[in-house]
Amino acid sequence: MMYSVENKTGGQEQRLYNWVDQRFRIGALVEYMGHKVVPVHGHSIFYYLGGITLFLFVVQVVTGILLLMYYRPGADSAYESVRFIVSEVAFGWLIRALHSWSANLMIFFAFLHMFTVYFTRAYRRPRELTWLSGIGLLALALGFGFSGYLLPWNELAFFATRVGTGMAGAIPIIGDDLLVIMRGGEEVTGATIGRFFGLHVAILPALFTVLLAAHLIFVQRQGMSEPLDWQGLPQTAKKYQKFFPNFLYRDLLVWLIALNGLALLAVLFPDGVGPVHWPLGTKADPFAPPPPVIRPEWYFMFAFQALKLIPAHVLFIEGELFGIVVFTVGGLIWALVPFLDKKSKVDQRSGSFLGFGVLVVAFIIIMTMLGYVLE
Amino acid sequence: MRKHIGMQSILPLLLAVMVALAGGPVSADDNCLNCHRDWEDDSGPSHLIQRDIHFQNGLGCADCHGGDPALDDMDDVRRVRGYRGVPGYLEIPDFCARCHSDAAYMRDHNPSLPTDQLDKYKTSVHGQRLFGRRDTRVANCVSCHSVHEIGDGKLPHSSTHPINVPATCGKCHADPDYMAGYGIPTSQLDDFTHSVHGQALLERKDLGAPACNDCHSNHGAAPPGVESLAAVCGNCHVFAAELFRQSPHEVAFEENDFPMCETCHSNHRIEKPHDSMVGTSDQAVCSECHSADDGTIAFAVADTVATSLARLVTARDRAKTTLDDAIAKGMPTTDEEFLLGEVDQTLIQARTLVHAFATREFVPKVEAGLAKADSVWVNSKALIDDYYYRRKGLAIATLFITIVAAGLYLKIRRMS
Repeated sequence: MMYSVENKTGGQEQRLYNWVDQRFRIGALVEYMGHKVVPVHGHSIFYYLGGITLFLFVVQVVTGILLLMYYRPGADSAYESVRFIVSEVAFGWLIRALHSWSANLMIFFAFLHMFTVYFTRAYRRPRELTWLSGIGLLALALGFGFSGYLLPWNELAFFATRVGTGMAGAIPIIGDDLLVIMRGGEEVTGATIGRFFGLHVAILPALFTVLLAAHLIFVQRQGMSEPLDWQGLPQTAKKYQKFFPNFLYRDLLVWLIALNGLALLAVLFPDGVGPVHWPLGTKADPFAPPPPVIRPEWYFMFAFQALKLIPAHVLFIEGELFGIVVFTVGGLIWALVPFLDKKSKVDQRSGSFLGFGVLVVAFIIIMTMLGYVLE
Repeated sequence: MRKHIGMQSILPLLLAVMVALAGGPVSADDNCLNCHRDWEDDSGPSHLIQRDIHFQNGLGCADCHGGDPALDDMDDVRRVRGYRGVPGYLEIPDFCARCHSDAAYMRDHNPSLPTDQLDKYKTSVHGQRLFGRRDTRVANCVSCHSVHEIGDGKLPHSSTHPINVPATCGKCHADPDYMAGYGIPTSQLDDFTHSVHGQALLERKDLGAPACNDCHSNHGAAPPGVESLAAVCGNCHVFAAELFRQSPHEVAFEENDFPMCETCHSNHRIEKPHDSMVGTSDQAVCSECHSADDGTIAFAVADTVATSLARLVTARDRAKTTLDDAIAKGMPTTDEEFLLGEVDQTLIQARTLVHAFATREFVPKVEAGLAKADSVWVNSKALIDDYYYRRKGLAIATLFITIVAAGLYLKIRRMS
């Protein structure tokens, strides 16, 4: 059976379409895309945040593969190879800068995407699994950030990873074993680079690809979530635009702007700027005294600062353990919001979940700011 | 005015010494301290001794002065066998040497301390005048170490800590009245304070810099002779001294009785050497002895050395300025910074090689430094060019993306 669409009437174009369609039966897909629509309203801009995040992930993959051609994991070669990349390889500095900038921006936009979804209740039925897969993707993105931070094997990365992995040691029962598994031994060494490298370029990308595919399929099958305000509106009062090509072209435009922004940042600030910076600095030396300021990446700062502010003991629990328990419980509640927010199931707003969301955002912002101010 | 510690200051302590047996631990039963503390003020020996290293290590009054600290009657104390009381000024070196020259005793108490201080002192100008001419104005042990506040020379409050040594020596040697009659200048402390060594030691607290005793010795203090000056300065300036010994100047200085280093660098007021010291200009020390028509190649060598040094300094400065610019622009400059470090090292080596007063090794060294400096300059310039190239590339990419975005925007508008 053959499918045809209106705009596939040209001679060569039609023949090519027919050729592909005969083999892969894309007619149904094209027809589906032709009918797919995206709501148009005051907050339509939120629909582009996921796309930007996806675009930045693609940049990550491309630049990551290019870096991989010269990067050599190992205590004796990691730092040297990154130095070689930024100083000797043609445009190596640009690739590293693009990789680092897009990593940070991807996590920023992923957070933004998540919070807009949360506050517009876009997680509500039937998109529970879309939300869950998104949370999983964010967790994996943070894993990318944590594992990638150590790879240059410079002074700051070494000590920050020592502190970061050390926190895992505070988890009861499995903490000590987990620490050894993460570090590949008692201390952060060349073995840790091997593990983090494997995690960064093989395990996390594999998991991420599967979860991302699921997330995108969910979005495509269910379409964009309509605002709660649209409940009860007559169909004529609702505005839509076609996904293909109208929304896709707009998405492309946003991606182009993002690409230009990335290029500007990478060229003007190849080592980052302000608290978002990644100068290569000096090579990691386990026997050197730690630098005066050890801080994680900005997106871990709120958790790092909160753990620092927690007293040594809270009731009968160790402070660090208390913090980890609170973060775990908080994260679980956050992930399970579509199932816990009963009102969202009947398309109503829940004041308590709005309050919870505001509290979380305020906590993250205040703790992050405190982290930089108090250091 | 007497600069050494007067007898009157130690007499009260000695009057109270009661025990003849030496080596006993200091305890509440030490009647020397019990009595003296009652009638001495804070400057009295019984108070000062609290900071004394001997006292802090368990030695009491009787260990030096004899007597029995258990007795409480002074007449009984004086009758105790071995009672030594207050030593006279001439007796102090032997008084201290009773322990400090006893290798077996010192091994038990402070094995790292030498036991030849008295022997050395006897060879010093101070010792020879004290024992030979019975001159009680010269320094003996207590003049430098104090009487009852003797501190470990490694501790900052000690009068013999390196940073305090110039002031300790200067107590006498910088006092024209006190030094009158000895026929030696009293400007040494002032000269030293303004010298490169003095500034390093006294201002920067650099304990690697020499104090008086590092050149003059401490217990064997004497001015170094013309022939031994090489050994004194060469102690630290090893390469310069060795190069000098192999240079044509070695024989010439010896024949003319010129002190080796002092002739060009002076002694106490040694300034930080500068490149204009070498060459054929009026400021150059070479010109003080040599001229273009003195029948030697010295003037030509000095000219070559000065010119080469100036070239290297100029090339190094140019490379540094360009490199700083590249660093300020955020370019990766680790290799260039490392190479500039090698240029600096070469410059130090070249300045040391000046002391060979020959061009055979000096010129190749400078040429190697020039090649490295040029390399830094060229690479840094390339980095700066790259910096502008990146911006041009960014501008072109931005223009291209903007055109594509504008086209896309127009298409979207048309569709809408």
